[in-house]
Amino acid sequence: MGPHTLSQVLRHLPVPNNPRLLVGLETSDDAAVYRLNNEQALIVTVDFFTPVVDDPYLFGQIAAANALSDIYAMGGKPLLALNIVCFPDCLPPAVLGEILRGGADKVMEGGCILAGGHTVRDDEPKYGLAVAGLAPPADIVTNATARPGDLLVLTKPLGTGIINTAVKVELASEDAGREAGRCMSALNKEASAAMLRHGAGACTDITGFGLLGHAAEMAAASKVSLQIEFSAVPLLPETMEMARMGLIPAGAYDNKNHLEGKISFASRLKPEEQLVLCDPQTSGGLLISIPEAGAGALLNDLVQKGIPAAVIGKVLPPGEKLINVI
Amino acid sequence: MSHKIVDCRGLNCPQPVINTKKALEETGVHTVTTIVDNEVSRQNVSMFARNAGYSVSEEQKEGAYYLTITRRDGAGDPQTPGKEQPSVPRAAAGPAGGPVYFITTNSLGQGSPDLGQVLMKSLFVTLATMNPPPAALLFLNTGVFLSCNGSPVMEQLEQLHAGGTAVLSCGTCLEYYKLKDKLAVGSISNMFDINNWLYGPHKVITIA
Repeated sequence: MGPHTLSQVLRHLPVPNNPRLLVGLETSDDAAVYRLNNEQALIVTVDFFTPVVDDPYLFGQIAAANALSDIYAMGGKPLLALNIVCFPDCLPPAVLGEILRGGADKVMEGGCILAGGHTVRDDEPKYGLAVAGLAPPADIVTNATARPGDLLVLTKPLGTGIINTAVKVELASEDAGREAGRCMSALNKEASAAMLRHGAGACTDITGFGLLGHAAEMAAASKVSLQIEFSAVPLLPETMEMARMGLIPAGAYDNKNHLEGKISFASRLKPEEQLVLCDPQTSGGLLISIPEAGAGALLNDLVQKGIPAAVIGKVLPPGEKLINVI
Repeated sequence: MSHKIVDCRGLNCPQPVINTKKALEETGVHTVTTIVDNEVSRQNVSMFARNAGYSVSEEQKEGAYYLTITRRDGAGDPQTPGKEQPSVPRAAAGPAGGPVYFITTNSLGQGSPDLGQVLMKSLFVTLATMNPPPAALLFLNTGVFLSCNGSPVMEQLEQLHAGGTAVLSCGTCLEYYKLKDKLAVGSISNMFDINNWLYGPHKVITIA
């Protein structure tokens, strides 16, 4: 759902008031966090969606990487996962088998246990997982603790919404499609471990609301403003070409409209460049806010592990806008 | 030179762009009017056409947008509108078409560092006169001292940058040498973008 509709609907839900609930609805974070005792906090999340690629095995991997990512973004380790499946009668069951195999392989790669699931008959296939993870309460990294002076590190390139749109109409190259698939199916496990090692201040993962949508949530929750440099933001191959061709998903426009008034763009940035930063991501990277002292070491660590991370901006004191894109 | 109507009412992104593109590729078609009924399609079709070198005029009637797309003289091949500005040189300020310089030191060549700096200065003085100017200058390791305050080649670098040469400095390196606040020309970049330049269509010259 678009950010605007979602916030309208969620407005009417009662806000739970329990001191053990460390992270709930109010900061638009990635997962709920519940303190079990002084040593352990439980992290719970659920995420599922319609196929973003044709290959069912790859789709399963992507959906699982995406669901696990919410645990990683909070600084936790995934423990247990349950499949959520919607599937039509008209498709061969072998397709579902491949989807589930992809999901199971990713869950295993995350060191997590796939313990069951639930299926519903539906016209359009959908797949995802509910995941529970654990972390010491002191290790929880929310999106509400970015501090002025921190640098912003992004751990995956943007562009999956645009490239997936372009692949559907066969305008993106096969290489670009493959690269996007590889990016979406990559776990944020190593990035999460690295951010904990180097003292990250705050984190969120980049998914449906796009880089700027999730960055704005972080800025609002942390009561700071962010400066993001367009030219420093890594993009998947062919993303800019496809954006210039108008292959921009409606979600990017929704995301941008929802941020109206909260973001200032440098006047030289073209409409397509602004929209790329709002492109809805499937299983995107982590956006990590980290004190400058640890940023260099974090980046080296990530790059050595083959993660194409980049410093894309910095955290500033609260200002007129949540984000300034330069 | 015919005029074609492409009715995309009821269609969602990206289909209106695809239908418009196909119509423009038909031989003999000079003008296409695409009719769309949603804001996203209006913006996407218009973005496609403008970036492909067509002019677009818009009219709104009866709850639909009528986008009239006309070939401008010398407009590019509609099959490759994006190729006018490949994603690699997206940081480039202008049409610089020369080679890419991959510069990983602030001193040119082995031997005396003093001589190395003199040689580096003379390289930049020469570079600033080249036609076409270099497409990009990629600074890494001690190379980033050249793009920061106190650079001995500041004047030439500013001149190149103003002339359309992309100037990228490695963020990790700026971080390492504590130069992040001192960057004077161009933008902070990353290995991903730098590598995109090296992989791109340009000839690459390494100054190590």
